[in-house]
Amino acid sequence: MADTRTRNGLAAFLDSFGTRVFRMIEDLGNIFVLLLQCVTWLFRPPSEIRNIVKQMEEIGINSMPVVMVTATFTGMVLALQSWSGFQRFQATSFVGSVVALSITRELGPVFAGLIVSGRVGASIAAELGTMKVTEQIDALVTLATNPVKYLVVPRVVASTLVLPVLVIFADLVGILGGYFVSVYLLGANPYVYTDKTYQYLEFRDIYTGLVKAAVFGFLIALISCYNGFIAEGGAEGVGRATTRAVVASSMTVLVSDYFMTSFMF
Amino acid sequence: MIGIRGLHKRFGEKIVLDGLDLDVPRGKNTVVIGGSGTGKSVLIKCVVGLLHADAGEILIDGEDVTKMNERELVRVRRKFGMLFQGSALFDSMNVGENVAFALRRLRLYPERQIRDVVEEKLAMVGLRDIQHLMPAELSGGMKKRVGLARAIASEPEILLYDEPTTGLDPIMADVINDLVISLRESLGVTSISITHDMASAYKIADQIAMLYKGKIIEAGTSEEIRNTRNAVVSQFVEGKAEGPITAEHEDFLRFVRRSGESGMQEGR
Repeated sequence: MADTRTRNGLAAFLDSFGTRVFRMIEDLGNIFVLLLQCVTWLFRPPSEIRNIVKQMEEIGINSMPVVMVTATFTGMVLALQSWSGFQRFQATSFVGSVVALSITRELGPVFAGLIVSGRVGASIAAELGTMKVTEQIDALVTLATNPVKYLVVPRVVASTLVLPVLVIFADLVGILGGYFVSVYLLGANPYVYTDKTYQYLEFRDIYTGLVKAAVFGFLIALISCYNGFIAEGGAEGVGRATTRAVVASSMTVLVSDYFMTSFMF
Repeated sequence: MIGIRGLHKRFGEKIVLDGLDLDVPRGKNTVVIGGSGTGKSVLIKCVVGLLHADAGEILIDGEDVTKMNERELVRVRRKFGMLFQGSALFDSMNVGENVAFALRRLRLYPERQIRDVVEEKLAMVGLRDIQHLMPAELSGGMKKRVGLARAIASEPEILLYDEPTTGLDPIMADVINDLVISLRESLGVTSISITHDMASAYKIADQIAMLYKGKIIEAGTSEEIRNTRNAVVSQFVEGKAEGPITAEHEDFLRFVRRSGESGMQEGR
């Protein structure tokens, strides 16, 4: 008796595990199909330029304050922490370099990506999910409009273009935050600090960060649109789609960050 | 005009349409009746190409939509207007932008004329001076009428109504019935409505077809349906709890009663 029960337990586990794996593979396939549709519809008339501009405003300008605050405090805390470490071997003059490199190469794009995953990913998935469950997406189709072209293309394009811009601002205020803490709170020499910030910072550090940001923007919008499109079953379904979109896009930001970093190292 | 032959559609294990045949004559109102969950919505979504049929053919003016690729479907869909059950107005746009949506996408009119065209379409459904309102500010009946104005805006040849009177009070339901009739008379459109509201069906239909177990089991005029000899149809149109439709569900009903709450949750 006990034996059959454990076997059933194992079977049930394998069953649910297998289902999950299949679901994941199915999702990946569907996202890839959505990507292909996106690319084909991108170049067909009529142009969605007005829609793209509207989304750039929604995704970019409206995310600006929260990205700036995050970046400022990241730069500030980075200065504090590296100061405390470098002080132990009298290397505090390098704090400027550490802050600048960390922000531009890694923390600027990743934190902007995570914030946009939360803010924009949730809003895209909730909006498209609601449109799906209230048949507004079907209505688009009957009004001679392809939903991928009208809804997905503008969001993906806008997000891809706008994230690097957000990151440029995040880099700037992050470095300024570090400068502020080092110079005014910890008493670093402002000339030395500025000099060290520039000395080791290469153009390559900045542009790899911006490439990452564009890829994050693209992935976040694509994943969130997909999750909105597959929402079903009323308010609860929209909630689930939103959660999935935020979780999946934040994970994707971190995972793809590692691979891009190792590739562009 | 529209000919449906041997239409099959299944979702996983569940067979929804099982070899359905239906002819929809030009310029007439065809009403498809049937219980909840019998696949009425699936039927009209297959007709407009929102769902892909598994087998069978749907001929629109002699062209089979089930064999079409996306680009051809876009062309054929321009013949259609559809009123959705919950109206499906775009809630990020005001009433005027909703009604003008297809006009702008298809560039049917120059921008300066659009306002007037929209006002004209809204007048056809008995509304005026509401272009600036947002869908959230409208009552259910007004939403339906705006949805209808949006559906007729690009002057379709075929109108599909998904439960046009569901969720409305009896008076507003009758207003919608009158609109459906007057649109057929003034625009000469062919239409398919699906409903389980028999009062509405009798009033708007030139032809009524009953969908049961994935097939059309009877089709005829209102009078023929009212005096049907088919026990299934007569149970449905007279709205009786006892009869061949419910008899088959007795096992299910017993199961629900026995398992109580847990049975209800299974149904999700």
